[in-house]
Amino acid sequence: MENSRRTFLKIAGISALGLSAKPVLNAFAVSEHGGKKEAQVLTKKGALAAKRWAMVIDTRKLESAKDLEPVIEACHKIHNVPVFENKRHEIKWIWEEEFKHTFPDLENEYLNDRLKKLPFLVLCNHCTDAPCVRACPTKATFKQEDGIVEMDFHRCIGCRFCMAACPYGSRSFNFRDPRPFIKETNKKFPTRMKGVVEKCNFCTELLAEGKMPACVEASTGAIAFGDLENPESEVRKLLKSNYTIRRKVALGTGPAIYYIV
Amino acid sequence: MSEEKKIYDKGKVLTGLILFVVILAFPFLYNSGKAAPAPDRILTEKAKAAKECIEPKAFMKSEHMQILNDWRGSVVRDGKRIYVSSSDKEFDMSLSNTCLDCHSNKADFCDKCHNYASVNPYCWDCHIDKPKENK
Repeated sequence: MENSRRTFLKIAGISALGLSAKPVLNAFAVSEHGGKKEAQVLTKKGALAAKRWAMVIDTRKLESAKDLEPVIEACHKIHNVPVFENKRHEIKWIWEEEFKHTFPDLENEYLNDRLKKLPFLVLCNHCTDAPCVRACPTKATFKQEDGIVEMDFHRCIGCRFCMAACPYGSRSFNFRDPRPFIKETNKKFPTRMKGVVEKCNFCTELLAEGKMPACVEASTGAIAFGDLENPESEVRKLLKSNYTIRRKVALGTGPAIYYIV
Repeated sequence: MSEEKKIYDKGKVLTGLILFVVILAFPFLYNSGKAAPAPDRILTEKAKAAKECIEPKAFMKSEHMQILNDWRGSVVRDGKRIYVSSSDKEFDMSLSNTCLDCHSNKADFCDKCHNYASVNPYCWDCHIDKPKENK
């Protein structure tokens, strides 16, 4: 009696083990030869690449607000940036600012007339050591290998730490659903939703197609864009032959937007 | 073993038990045979003409959400925007510009099934669902 129960339990145990081994073996069989070729992902052919993208803005060629308007318009149009009447809800990727706010650390008591009146184009500086990247708790904002500080809107939880961290005010928060406030939707580019932060992306999507950023195209030569690490690039040539300034350099963020004044 | 087993309040216990089973089974019995049939996929002319999606139908049916999830990571985070399918065809990884180019009938193609399965993907909060239509 006792002996037979013992054998019964043994057999039951071994068969349970055998049954549970089957799915495991199946899983191995699938992963070893799925029978199908693995799909791959590649970068686009003809995409523009750089070690570190940078921009040089020649303020001598952008003299008035009228000159800046088409540049701002071009950017905001292709990226579906909404227009809000209420300033507190404003979303901006690239906008105009006066000298004392653009370069507060360079402000002299008496500034020359030209600079006093000159509107400056300001945008995300795509810093080398970007404080927003460090502040982001979800890595929604991250640094690409080509130096661009990019945002992954899918990951943004809307905590706005990045906005507090950015010394340039380059980031805007969607307090409202932006869709009803977009005048003309660019169907190729997504909009954003309520509760995410957004900013300039150096037109990553255009660079991937081998095109220059929209603001560069719209500026008719006033904005140069290129690889800062390549001595032959347009930006390096401009930096070599002109005196340039950057915004709030003393903070150590390493902005990549240079201004010829 | 000689002692006879006895249930006290037999009648009440049994009625209670039967009542319990009936109440428990009621929703299942009530709804049996009434399950809504899975909606049919409605394909646009363009999708029909293409014959096959980026991967075989069965794979797309079960894995499209995984593919889209991989695509968004690949495009946004790695800057890799071209998908080479298992049949060696290249596609631009874009929900609005590639998927919806063929499947331009989102309401019939996507929503019907998603409603049936009671899933609420939030893709459309940002991605534009009618890339070809002029508003």
